Amino acid sequence: MKHFSKLVRPYLVWMVLIVVLPLLLIVLYSLTTGGNELVNISFTLDNFKKIGEPVYFDVLKKSFTLGIASVLICLVCGYTLAYIISRQNEGIQDLLILFVTIPMWINTLLRTYAWISILSDNGLVNKLLVLLGFAPANLMYTDIAVLLGLVSDMLPFMVIPIHTSIRKIDPSLIEASHDLGADNIQTFIKVIFKMSIPGVINGVMMTFLLSISTFVIPKLLGGGQYMLIGNLIETQFISVGNWNFGSATSIILTLIIIIGMSLMRKFDREKED
Amino acid sequence: MARHPFFKGKGIKLEKAFIELKGLTKTFGAQQVLKGIDLSIHRNEFLTLLGPSGCGKTTTLRMIAGFEEPTSGEILFDGIDISKVPAYKREVNTVFQRYALFPFLNVYDNVAFGLKIKKMDQSMIRHKVLHMIELVGLAGFEDRAVTSLSGGQQQRVAIARALVNEPKVLLLDEPLGALDAKLRKGMQTELKKIQKEVGITFIFVTHDQEEALTMSDTVVVMNEGVIQQVGTPEDIYNEPENRFVASFIGESNIIEAVMKKDLLVSFDGFDFECVDKGFKDNENVEVVIRPEDIDIVKQKHAKLVGVVKSITFMGVHHEIVVETSERDYLVHTTDYFEPGLEVGLSFEPDDIHVMYRMDWV
Ligand SMILES: Nc1ncnc2c1ncn2[C@@H]1O[C@H](COP(=O)(O)OP(=O)(O)OP(=O)(O)O)[C@@H](O)[C@H]1O
Ligand SMILES: [Mg+2]
Repeated sequence: MKHFSKLVRPYLVWMVLIVVLPLLLIVLYSLTTGGNELVNISFTLDNFKKIGEPVYFDVLKKSFTLGIASVLICLVCGYTLAYIISRQNEGIQDLLILFVTIPMWINTLLRTYAWISILSDNGLVNKLLVLLGFAPANLMYTDIAVLLGLVSDMLPFMVIPIHTSIRKIDPSLIEASHDLGADNIQTFIKVIFKMSIPGVINGVMMTFLLSISTFVIPKLLGGGQYMLIGNLIETQFISVGNWNFGSATSIILTLIIIIGMSLMRKFDREKED
Repeated sequence: MARHPFFKGKGIKLEKAFIELKGLTKTFGAQQVLKGIDLSIHRNEFLTLLGPSGCGKTTTLRMIAGFEEPTSGEILFDGIDISKVPAYKREVNTVFQRYALFPFLNVYDNVAFGLKIKKMDQSMIRHKVLHMIELVGLAGFEDRAVTSLSGGQQQRVAIARALVNEPKVLLLDEPLGALDAKLRKGMQTELKKIQKEVGITFIFVTHDQEEALTMSDTVVVMNEGVIQQVGTPEDIYNEPENRFVASFIGESNIIEAVMKKDLLVSFDGFDFECVDKGFKDNENVEVVIRPEDIDIVKQKHAKLVGVVKSITFMGVHHEIVVETSERDYLVHTTDYFEPGLEVGLSFEPDDIHVMYRMDWV
C-alpha cells in the first residue's frame, strides 16, 4: 500500500490550494483590521465582538428560529412523505424517490423564481384568490414566503435519508411487532420510528446546514431588508466591503455548524449503544 | 392425497379440534405453494410440520399467524374463521425462522415488548420477564444488546419473547436451526418441558426428521404443498403411507411389489407373508422394510440371497449393503460381516409394510 501514498500528493496540493489556503485567509481576515489590504494589518478580536451588537445578534437569532422552524416543517412533511413512499412496492418507490429528487436537478435560483411567480401580488395564488372572490393577500417578502422557499428547497434532503432508513427495516421486525400484539400505530411508534432515527438525524443535520447558510432564498423571497446570517455575510463581502467582519461571521457560522454536527453525531452514537 | 388417519394409532383425540385448516391454498404469482391443506390441531398438542425445503411449511405457519392471507380455504380457531382477523389480534405468538429481534432494544426490553403493549402492571412485567429469561437460560444477560448475542442466544431470546405472552398457540419456525448439535438436543428437551409445563399448543416447523420424531405428539409430513401423512411419530416411522414419507423419514428399502391377496405380497420373485390387508388382489404396491428390521442369516435359511457389497461403521451399528440379483438392500446390524460374504436376508411378516404406489415421485 505504501507506494500508492505518493499518488495522493497532487490531490493534497490541490486541497491546500483550494480549501486550506482560503480558510486560513478567512481566519486571518477575521482577526485583523484594515480591510482587504494585507499590507498594514493589525490583530484584533473586534470583528467577533461586533456580532454581539443588537442589529447583528438579531440576525443570528432570526436565522436560528427560521432554520429550526423550517427543519421542523421539513421533518414533519418529509417523514410523512418518506413513510408513504416506503409503503409502495419497490418499482413505484424508486419512481417516487426520483420525483422527489427532480427539484434538486434545477438551479436554486430558478426554483426560487418559480416561487415568486406563484406568490407575487399578481401571481398564481392571488389570481386564484381573486377568481374565488377573496381579497388578494400579501405573500411576498414575508416569513411565510421564506419558509415555503426553504422547505421546498430542503425537502429532498429530508426525505431521502429517512426513506432509506425506513426501507432498510427488516419486514419481519414489523411482523414480529404485530405478532406481539402491537397494532399499526403502536408498531409505527415502537418499531418503525425507532429504526428510522438514524435517517431522521441525517436529514435534520443536512437541512439545518442548508437552512442556516442560505442566502439566495431569503434575498429573493424575503426582500432586500430580509437578513439571515447568509445574507449578512454576503452583504459584508459584496456591498459593504467589510471583509473582516464578514470573515468573522463566516467563522461563527462554521463553528455553529461544527458544534451542531458533533452534537448530532454524539446523539446518533448514543442511540446505537 | 391428504388422508387422515387421525383416529388411528395411540394418540386418540376425541375432543373438538382447537385449530382447523380447511382446504387452505396459497398462490404466489403463478406458483401454487399450498394445494389444499386440511389439518386439525388439538389443545396442548405438539404438532410438527415436516418436509423438505420449499414445501410450504413457513407459508402454512404464516397464514396461521396472520401474516399471509390464504388464497382460498378457512382457518378456524375454536370453530370461528379467523382468516380475516389481523395478526395483532390473534392469540398466537411466533418464534421466527430468523429471530426478528428488535436491534434497538436489549434482551429485557425485547422480551418485555408484548407485555408492555398489553399495558400490564410494571412490576408484573418485571417478574414475568425475568422468570422467562431465566427459563431459557439467559439470566444475567438482561441488559445485553441483542446484536451482541450469539445465534443460539438470540434464538432463546426469540423463544422467551414469544412465550412470555402465554399465547394459546406458539408457532415455531425452525427455532433450533442455528444451534450446534449439543445445544440443539438441550433446547429440544427444554422446549418439550416448557410445552408440557405451560400447557400450550406448539406448531413446530422443521426439516430435521429426527427432531420431528423425538419431540412431537403429531407429525405432519408435507411435500410440494400437499400433506403426505398425519400421524404419531410411531405411525409415521413404522407405517409410512407412501414412498415419499418412507424415504423422507429415515433410511429404508423401498421395493415395488404386487399384493397377491390379503396378507400375501410378492416381490423380487418370492411371495412373502405380511400383516397388511385391504388392497385389491394383484394391486401394484410398494413395500418398505426398515434397515434395522432385516437380519443377515445363513443363505439356506432365507429366500433372498446376496453378497455383502460394503460395510460401514456408523458409531453404534454397521451399515451393510447386500447386493442381490434384483437390487441392493440396506441393513443395519451390530454384527460384522466380511465384504464378499454370501448371505441370506430374513425378515418377519410384520417388518414388511405395504403402501399404495405413487407414480409421481
Ligand atoms: N412472499 C413470497 N412470494 C413468492 N413466493 C414465495 C413467497 N413466500 C414463499 N414463497 C415460495 O413458496 C414456496 C414455499 O415456501 P416456504 O417458505 O413456505 O417453504 P418452507 O417449507 O418453509 O421451506 P424452508 O424449509 O426452506 O424454510 C417456496 O417455493 C417459496 O419460494
Ligand atoms: Mg421455512
